Amino acid sequence: MNAFDWAFALEILPRLLDAALTTILIAVSGFGIAVVLGLFLALGRRSRHRWLAWPTGALVEFIRSTPLLIQLYVVFYVLPNYGLSLTALQAGILGIALHYACYTAEVYRAGLDAVPRAQWEAVTALNLAPLAAYRDVILPQALRPILPALGNYLISILKDTPVLSAITVVEIMQRAKNIGSETFRYLEPITMVGLFFLILSLGLAWLVRRLENRLETAR
Amino acid sequence: MTTLSTHTATPADTPQDAPMVAFRGVTKRYGELTVLDHLDLQVAEGEKVAIIGPSGSGKSTLLRVLMTLETIDDGVIEVDGQPLTHMPDANGSLVPASARYQRGVRGMVGMVFQSFNLFPHMTVRQNVTEAPIRVLGLRKAEARQRAEELLAMVGLEDKLEHYPAQLSGGQQQRVAIARALAMRPKVMLFDEVTSALDPELCGEVLNVIRRLGDAHNLTMLMVTHQMGFAREFADRVCFFNEGQIHEQGTPDELFGNPQRERTQAFLSAVNEAH
Repeated sequence: MNAFDWAFALEILPRLLDAALTTILIAVSGFGIAVVLGLFLALGRRSRHRWLAWPTGALVEFIRSTPLLIQLYVVFYVLPNYGLSLTALQAGILGIALHYACYTAEVYRAGLDAVPRAQWEAVTALNLAPLAAYRDVILPQALRPILPALGNYLISILKDTPVLSAITVVEIMQRAKNIGSETFRYLEPITMVGLFFLILSLGLAWLVRRLENRLETAR
Repeated sequence: MTTLSTHTATPADTPQDAPMVAFRGVTKRYGELTVLDHLDLQVAEGEKVAIIGPSGSGKSTLLRVLMTLETIDDGVIEVDGQPLTHMPDANGSLVPASARYQRGVRGMVGMVFQSFNLFPHMTVRQNVTEAPIRVLGLRKAEARQRAEELLAMVGLEDKLEHYPAQLSGGQQQRVAIARALAMRPKVMLFDEVTSALDPELCGEVLNVIRRLGDAHNLTMLMVTHQMGFAREFADRVCFFNEGQIHEQGTPDELFGNPQRERTQAFLSAVNEAH
């Protein structure tokens, strides 16, 4: 058993940090898309129109009930057969965003359901159109209680990014594995990757809590 | 303002003036339960109608269907001569109203709720300016001025930047009245607006409604348990029972000399409770 080699760790640090940028890019853009898309999925599912509500609900349940890995394979290896060719990074971001949009859709749904009926009645009595009603009255109230849940999904996305190595995306974990197979030293790169995720997750959790507190005092 | 004083008769006949609000054979059911049973009611412009009766008699439902918070199963409701839940199609026959048509008619009606229903994340000022800006298309400055005038009228000009949670129940309810008035409705509905308030806070809300009645030619329908207020304020009192208007008349007639047994029983029960 070798002890942790600090010199080696320092030597591979730039390569790992380089790949870490990819990881962060995937997590942030994937989450950004998921948060917006999830809202529309939630609204679609709540629609009074069956032709919209039912397919949206089916899509959400389908994606939530199948593994991310399979979805990534479909996006990257199967869709090109149907004319949609994406780079590995694009396919990865799209796949992870779609997957998590379905989870955030359920979070939005819970938040929207938690807004009291009386608020909808006030909205009706004031004759507000649906767009203004959602944007100005309902969503601000729905969002506050679900912020922690949304924040947790950001952390989940971050921790799921290594799955993208299966479709050849070189994120931090893939880089660590490559370093390992080149040098036959896994202790340092894998430990450093673990620390990277730990630090980033804790940092994000702290940011989410700060945001919550700010919203709490903003009223 | 009290142009019509002949409301002791069944109001199904067409009155001389077109009514501001008309219910014609309106029926509302919740499953097996019939909450409004072929209800006929006409309210003249500027008339103040108090609606009393035991709970479950359909009095709140009357206001809720007029505000389109509930659908009706049968009959027609008209506001200022326009059908509310139906619209005339190309042939002139009535078909269910589109959302857009309904919003047009609904704009003539405003409502104040028992539990205020203010928007908790908005200041008092934002609560009152939101709908005039978004629905009526008022410019921000106009809406603010209107809000300030109305809040001064309800005695809350110093609470503009407060949030609802920072106000007492009576203050919140006065904001809710200002918020409804900012839309300049022709008809105002008050659904047990003092029921959630401590007795000492009722007075300030009733005073606002009183002042409103004096100053505007506003048509008002109020469901209330405040018999004293109904007697003093209303032009007409309707006693509701089992989804129908069981008896109605001027306050003096209905409170002073109720004709029907059910009305007498209700009023004496209410009197005993006080």
